[in-house]
Amino acid sequence: MPVKAKYELKLGAATREAFGRALVELGETNRDVVVLDADLSKSTYTAEFSKKFPERFFQCGIAEANMVAIGSGLASSGKIPFVSSFSAFVLNKGFEQLRVTAAFPNVNLKAVGTHSGISIGEDGPSQMSIEDISLACSLAGFVVLCPADEISMKALVKAAAAYRGPVFIRAGRAKAPVVYPADQQFSIGKAIELAEGTDVTLIATGLLVAESIRAAEILDGEGIAARVIDMHTIKPIDRDAVAKAARETGAIVVAEEHLIDSGLGVRVAQVAAESHPAVMEFVGIHNTYAESGGPDELLDKYGLRAKNVADAARRALQRKRS
Amino acid sequence: MPKTSIPAELAAIAKQMRREVIEMITQAKSGHPGGSLSATEIIVTLFFDVMRHDPSDPKWKDRDRFILSKGHCCPVLYAVMAEFGYCPKDQLNTLRKLGSVYQGHPDVRFIPALEASTGSLGEGLSLGIGMALAARLDKSPTRAYVLLGDGEIQEGQIWEAAMFAGNNGLDNLCAIVDYNQIQLDGFVKDIMPLEPLEDKWRAFGWHVIGVKGHDIESLQKAFAEAAATKDKPTVIIAHTIKGKGVSFMENNPKFHGMAPTREEADKALQELA
Repeated sequence: MPVKAKYELKLGAATREAFGRALVELGETNRDVVVLDADLSKSTYTAEFSKKFPERFFQCGIAEANMVAIGSGLASSGKIPFVSSFSAFVLNKGFEQLRVTAAFPNVNLKAVGTHSGISIGEDGPSQMSIEDISLACSLAGFVVLCPADEISMKALVKAAAAYRGPVFIRAGRAKAPVVYPADQQFSIGKAIELAEGTDVTLIATGLLVAESIRAAEILDGEGIAARVIDMHTIKPIDRDAVAKAARETGAIVVAEEHLIDSGLGVRVAQVAAESHPAVMEFVGIHNTYAESGGPDELLDKYGLRAKNVADAARRALQRKRS
Repeated sequence: MPKTSIPAELAAIAKQMRREVIEMITQAKSGHPGGSLSATEIIVTLFFDVMRHDPSDPKWKDRDRFILSKGHCCPVLYAVMAEFGYCPKDQLNTLRKLGSVYQGHPDVRFIPALEASTGSLGEGLSLGIGMALAARLDKSPTRAYVLLGDGEIQEGQIWEAAMFAGNNGLDNLCAIVDYNQIQLDGFVKDIMPLEPLEDKWRAFGWHVIGVKGHDIESLQKAFAEAAATKDKPTVIIAHTIKGKGVSFMENNPKFHGMAPTREEADKALQELA
């Protein structure tokens, strides 16, 4: 199908804002949903929930480790806690607690990290979570979600609440292009094919989904038919979608706003290696920390744009044909 | 075994639990006897007298919660829980063996009646806060009891949790510090002193009670005072003796984390007869 006709990619809400809205809707229908934050509720958008349901919101102050383990205690008593902070803080400062109080006893905790990746922008590298997919996926039994836009975030937050077990959800600060129609259905673990194609497959997550759709448009103009897949669930990864892409297109590009050697790319490569090896290229952050700057400037400088995805696709195709 | 409030009966149970602990750790050939023996009266008094729990319904919603934050002292908890049928009494001596429900540190996957998997120090107080908050939301009479090691409270997370509980006036939360003065590398006062310990907790908004931690009547009074204290969490600083009840283990850092030999165990069991 022609890619252009289908996707306007108009700028929508940031996924963190969609997370906040989803929490309010969840709070209205499920009295067990409780929310914890560590002095960033205005930035994570959990403040909306706190205004509406003050008795079910717990302000933990700047103490993420304590927050995560309190969440696990609430979950052990039947609540559905969402613990929320910047991704860099909830995962790095709360990692031990995520491991021992949530992952290992398989507790029904939902951890949400906003301001992930480098698109947080001006705040700089200490706040940029570029290793969160790696850390979250290393927690045995965790589901790891990385929605691309406001529609998928809202739906997947609700899916996470309905799912029984620990979940990490990765959200962004920047406004995200809207990829999906409002009525799109999502299931945890089921990737979504956004464009058909047989020459090469672009597998992306988060902000890089929209960039990959734009890359497919560029490639379409060159007569290259690129399949585009939104891997909104990093773990458990949709093995069938990867195997099918490898088998049918023989070339895969993985694009993510994350360190290249420990995120979605290596997980896709593992599945491809186990199912149907394919030529692969990777778009992500290369063994470095970024810097302060505007979100768009940073995405340009660190090579996380449609142009970079398209370049990677051409390289993959060349290798596939040689 | 039925519950009782009679101190002499609780003391007899404590002695029996100590024998179980010695036998379990001896057969395991590894483990932490010292801290189990210092915490015995605390755990016995809670399970056999103070706490509301129902062995016929381990997940009763309004039960009191006990979290062994100093998870390495699980042998005494296992022995006590086995008395109530929460876990199999005839398998206590499989402690730490492959396939045993009696894991080296508490693990809810193997014993669902445990309230938490612990073992990485510093996390139990936060878990107890979560359970106390849930009880408050549900208007449940549940109280949460968290047993902390003295060395354990060197962990920063404990003080994050102490600040939260104090500021939220969690009067259904009770922490107990097993202040036995010894941690793995030596005496607490040499490794990282805690004093003035009572002042520290008070400064974080807690009601503080100091007790002799092997005196059952004092423990009963302290738990009653904690339950009657409103708008503040309570911490009971239990002054205990590491290795209590076995002469050559008492105040001996060696038995923080070392199993007795068979010979030593037999001697210990004679003392505990």
